[in-house]
Amino acid sequence: MPDRALFFQRYGVGLALVLLILFNLAVTPNFATSQTLAVNLTQVCTIVIVGVGMTLVIATGGIDLSVGSLMAIAGAMSPMFFTGQLFPVPLYVGIALGIVFPIIIAGVFGLFNGWLITKFSIQPIIATLVLFIAGRGIAQVSTNGDLQVFKVPEFQAIAIGRVLGVPFQVWIMLVIVAVAAFILHRTVFGKQVLAVGGNEAAARLAGVPATRVKYLVYLICGLCSGVAGLIVIAMNSAADANLIGLGMELDAIAAVVVGGTLLSGGRATIVGTLLGALVIQLVRYTLLANGVPDPAALVVKAGLIVLAVWLQRQEHN
Amino acid sequence: MKGWHISPSMAVVAVLIVLTLLGAWRYDGFVSAYNVQSVLRYNSMFALVALGMCFVIMTGGIDLSVGSVAAFSSVVAAHLSGYGLLPGLLGGLGAGVLAGTLNAIIITRLKILPFIATLATMLAASGTALLLANNQSVSVSYETGFVDLGQGDLLSFMRPEWVDGDNAGVFGGILGFILSFPTPAFIALAAYIVAAIVIGHTAFGRHILASGGGTEASRLMGLPVDRTIFFAYVISGATAGMAGVILAAQFGAGQPIEGIGWELFAIASVVVGGTLLTGGKGSIGGTLAGALLLGIIFTILNFENGMGWISLSAYWQSVVRGAFLFVVVVLQAKLSLRAQE
Repeated sequence: MPDRALFFQRYGVGLALVLLILFNLAVTPNFATSQTLAVNLTQVCTIVIVGVGMTLVIATGGIDLSVGSLMAIAGAMSPMFFTGQLFPVPLYVGIALGIVFPIIIAGVFGLFNGWLITKFSIQPIIATLVLFIAGRGIAQVSTNGDLQVFKVPEFQAIAIGRVLGVPFQVWIMLVIVAVAAFILHRTVFGKQVLAVGGNEAAARLAGVPATRVKYLVYLICGLCSGVAGLIVIAMNSAADANLIGLGMELDAIAAVVVGGTLLSGGRATIVGTLLGALVIQLVRYTLLANGVPDPAALVVKAGLIVLAVWLQRQEHN
Repeated sequence: MKGWHISPSMAVVAVLIVLTLLGAWRYDGFVSAYNVQSVLRYNSMFALVALGMCFVIMTGGIDLSVGSVAAFSSVVAAHLSGYGLLPGLLGGLGAGVLAGTLNAIIITRLKILPFIATLATMLAASGTALLLANNQSVSVSYETGFVDLGQGDLLSFMRPEWVDGDNAGVFGGILGFILSFPTPAFIALAAYIVAAIVIGHTAFGRHILASGGGTEASRLMGLPVDRTIFFAYVISGATAGMAGVILAAQFGAGQPIEGIGWELFAIASVVVGGTLLTGGKGSIGGTLAGALLLGIIFTILNFENGMGWISLSAYWQSVVRGAFLFVVVVLQAKLSLRAQE
């Protein structure tokens, strides 16, 4: 039994992914095309990017429900800079501000989450619930709930531009995944993240700066959400504060869980999150491509999450 | 019990009174029978959801699925409303109980963390609601009396004509007010009274608080912890289902995409009412006061908008709601940190 459990823990997601691809090759028409690949990769990008931040948060035993709202804040704020709405600036300065500033703001909100959680010992679910509600409100209030349409190809290149034939957002995703995987598995900070998640009291006694580690993971999660928010608006060439990142917390948590990161903290895998997001995306694609309505795909996703967590529990017993 | 201090529920009631007085002083029609009744009619849905959430939180859990369960129930109720008031009511309630039971099974049998389990149910309920409703709202039948559950006044049939007359007097006014008390508010009130009795005077109520206070200890003492937690989620499903029935009846349609953010409203009401998020300690009356408090705050914002002094779009609601939750959880955390020292 332990051998089988270990096998599932290590290769379960990869195996699921391979099975899904094989299934699609056999059943779904026009599956093995570069277009299918591009569609699925661009759909999964933002989930993976947010999922990376979420993985680090969950690795410390926390959770961040505010990611979708932080995406909305960053996404709603950005066009104000590069469309010259706030103050007239040269195009490229505007774009630079429109990229850097919203990401920083999202990071600051992430720090706010960290502050609530460390300073007042509020459970992460509740603490991040505050911005989950208020964050989208802030984004809506700042744009008055209006759709901001823009046509700035230079900015939109961050999502739809191509390098070596691959959409630029996919490169962003890969870089973020690589950097995060390196940080988690090869640096002292990564070890500290896992130590805090494994046993916070013991980690503190061993001299791990648990408070700082928690601040940092929520900061990183906020920054990742900011990046994802910008990709969404660049892809749509419009910013809609009501919709950017809606339901993202679920998708990101699902990707993390399916990927094999332990919800109670202490064990995490960034590559697993990437694979987990791909599995979820591919399940949805498979269902839709074969004529199953979208709401039914939601139900399947729910079942998938429960199954993944349940499998996680089995290996512990 | 621990010396002299103001209990959270008392503080909420005090704030509630102050805000009501403020509203009465500042706005015309704030304490009019019509306004009070429409506030109660609308907020009874949220009060019901908060009540179920209170049970769950007292066991140390959380139920994030209440909003989409209410939406799901509203669709089921709307579909069945053509067969009569009772089938609509029982169908919606049953849908809620079903979803609650699903939560309960996942949490107590599969041993999956409540927030993950209820997030999954949230997705599943929302997907099922959309499937059943074919992605659009479902009109209810106006012929079977089903809409009375949301739009009616339970006691209006015994309303004598003279209370609406010119010389009805104070007594007539009060009687008229009571007799035009909205049906959904009666339903919510009845649910709260039953809940208060259950928590305060039954073994099940003590088990609820005990399993939140220390799950392991309660298990060792031989309390039926799993069964207690099971029923807490079923109750939360039932209240969400009832809220869905009222939603469908009040707005004349089952609405598959309603209910977004209801869980937050419910959690905020429960926390404001002095129930500890860690479980083990809670107040049914406090939760009712908390739900009313949130309702009054939004009514005041609406009136303030109407005065034209400030212009707060509907979007401010979520900012205010979040800020409110922030203040409350920080206060609660500070109090409990101080209590530990």
